Amino acid sequence: MFPVREAQTLAPDVVRLVVEAPRVARYQHPGQFVIVRVREGGERIPLTIAGADAEAGTITLIIQAVGLTTRLLCTLQPGQAILDVTGPLGAPSEVGYEGRVAVVAGGVGSAIAYPRAAALARAGNELVTILGARTADLLTLEDELASVSASLRVVTDDGSRGRRGLVTDVLADDVEAAAAGIAPLDLVLTAGPVPMMGAVADVTRPHGIPTVASLNPLMVDGTGMCGGCRVQVAGATAFACVDGPEFDAHQVDFALLHRRNQAYRDQERAAAEAAQAAAEAAQAEAEADDGCAATQPQPRPTLREAR
Amino acid sequence: MSSTSPSGRTRKERMALPRVEPREHDATERAASFCEVDLGLDWEGAQLEADRCLQCVRPRCIEGCPVGIRIDAFLGKVAEGDIDGAAQIIFDDSSLPAVCGRVCPQESQCEATCVLAKKDKPIAIGQLERYVADAARAHAPPAQRVTPDPDGGSAAIVGSGPAGLACAADLAQAGHEVTVYEALHDLGGVLAYGIPQFRLPRDVLRAEINRLAELGVRFETNAPIGQAEGVDDLLAEHDAVFLGVGAGVPRFLNVPGEDLVGVSSANEFLTRVNLMEAHRPDADTPLPQVAGRRVLVFGGGNTAIDAVRTALRLGAAEATICYRRSEEQMPARVEEIRHAREEGAQFALLTNPVELLDDGTGALAGARLQRMELVEPDDGGRARPKPIPGSEHEVPADLAVVAVGNEPNPLLRRAAPDLERTSRGTIAVDEETGATSKPRVYAGGDIVTGGATVILAMGAGRRAAASMDREIRAAKSGAA
Repeated sequence: MFPVREAQTLAPDVVRLVVEAPRVARYQHPGQFVIVRVREGGERIPLTIAGADAEAGTITLIIQAVGLTTRLLCTLQPGQAILDVTGPLGAPSEVGYEGRVAVVAGGVGSAIAYPRAAALARAGNELVTILGARTADLLTLEDELASVSASLRVVTDDGSRGRRGLVTDVLADDVEAAAAGIAPLDLVLTAGPVPMMGAVADVTRPHGIPTVASLNPLMVDGTGMCGGCRVQVAGATAFACVDGPEFDAHQVDFALLHRRNQAYRDQERAAAEAAQAAAEAAQAEAEADDGCAATQPQPRPTLREAR
Repeated sequence: MSSTSPSGRTRKERMALPRVEPREHDATERAASFCEVDLGLDWEGAQLEADRCLQCVRPRCIEGCPVGIRIDAFLGKVAEGDIDGAAQIIFDDSSLPAVCGRVCPQESQCEATCVLAKKDKPIAIGQLERYVADAARAHAPPAQRVTPDPDGGSAAIVGSGPAGLACAADLAQAGHEVTVYEALHDLGGVLAYGIPQFRLPRDVLRAEINRLAELGVRFETNAPIGQAEGVDDLLAEHDAVFLGVGAGVPRFLNVPGEDLVGVSSANEFLTRVNLMEAHRPDADTPLPQVAGRRVLVFGGGNTAIDAVRTALRLGAAEATICYRRSEEQMPARVEEIRHAREEGAQFALLTNPVELLDDGTGALAGARLQRMELVEPDDGGRARPKPIPGSEHEVPADLAVVAVGNEPNPLLRRAAPDLERTSRGTIAVDEETGATSKPRVYAGGDIVTGGATVILAMGAGRRAAASMDREIRAAKSGAA
């Protein structure tokens, strides 16, 4: 069990948890993730490690309640625990001096981008960050990102905060400025919804600006065994859990990733509804019987009879 | 050699006894359930079957067993009616007998070398092993915790699959402190995520692992070595390290359409069902709808058969094995192929996929297959399949499962970048000792051999355990 030390609501349906996970805290690097399972019978889902304190043996997870497991995670309070936390998983980010770096994060993608942004800032890079969300309430880690960035531009779909529009509108300006020789752009780092990351890649590709996307495909084991997280990168199959999760965004087939991520949409919705119903049902019912007689060896005589 | 057995039957009478076959769950009933198919022998049957053993002076069966179980001795005990004596022998020689009795390919191992196989049918050694292990589990007191040997040391085992468990068991028995590190949340490796419950019920696996815990083996789940600590970190805390990390990433077909929704590796499909129990109504893990769907499984090994039989149990309207050679060349066990056929699996033999077809929304609609013919054998001696020109045809399908093997997991490169590897990417070891190129580091199982069987992995784990035991003791006495 992995006890929850702190739980804080950052935005509606967005929660920050500090969880005791000493092994992960000790060995993690920016860009890596954990797989968590909240309860017996629970699914395994990947979550980016948003921060870690090796001495305290804790990691920080930022969770947006979208599916069944993330909803359950968002209800956790200090004193409660997560059943399984496995990690660190994935390849660590390459963090070096690049120069001027645009961090483009959408929605809860800011939790994915933040640890690498902080590491890039520590490495002396100048960060020009673009943070977007559907609406002002859903902006997450704005202060944290601002603290490591030279500038932070906020964009919302509805204009409730910052500029109205898409993160790519702002990025397009930066790219143009770079092309005009006004302000260079040496690297773009993006994390968020798949269509957004695809759009970011489309903006930077014509200008050849190196762009890295942190992908979020479906996963089961997270150690390379199941192949469920396979993505097409530069026309070849890659496994996001071991080869990624970060890839050259110009080479990623985002349309394919988007389709594959939708594979269980109906089941996930049904699972969330069924769980709701099950929670209301009697607990005795929850102990499902698979209908098998327990596997018992065939009856044998007592020792006395046998001899 | 005595001419009569404890039963009083003469050798001649015993040789005339027919092989006792296990009871099986009815094919139509079982095709809709995950209950165990093979129901095993009953006591009378077990004793009768054991009595068929001629107690050869030089028992060939043992030569056929990768872990060298004293088969003649335990069969003799069963024939005498001494189950506890039989169990003692089996547990001395094998750490997972209830598992091996179920999943070993006995027909190509111990039973293949049984002298009776020449004349008639060999002794049902696997069934008897299973019978004894099950009976011992139900009735025996917990295993005794082994007192740590003051001259012993400490060993780290990476991976809790068959190789790691076998290695851990022997080292614990020898008095060493043993810690098993497992990346997943549950123990057993392929025995937990790969082998379906209708072949290996979970309670059987759990009981055998619990026995190791009772012996004193420590288990750490959620510990992905190579991602968390590396092998060098383990070497700092332990005297020796065994890597039994399994086969790794799934291989795909390399045909267009492989990433369509509805196409998965057998590892993924089976993990969702076996490890995550996604088919159960109370499980959170999603599973593609299988009921009423047409399922194609590509491959001819045990994993492919497991996948097709699992699909049938989930209510598939049609579940078909597509294999590019003929049935004779299928690597799957004969018994498993028979079971699959009885349960309604179809076999499209000598067919190979050339493309998986898109329904227009990014989901699978079917497959374009081509017919194959067998031509002169390849280097491995197996007939080589060759496409028949003009034989391409399309079949509809809603789901496809790819079961064409695995490649070494790249995590290992991070766990120990300095380990010598073969050209296939597997770890290079000394076959006799399991020693890798790195001092104090041993390896065995699929990460060394590529995809193989549970029992071969166990054999490798045990050989490595013997070398590790020697090396640890030598180092301790040298240091003293």
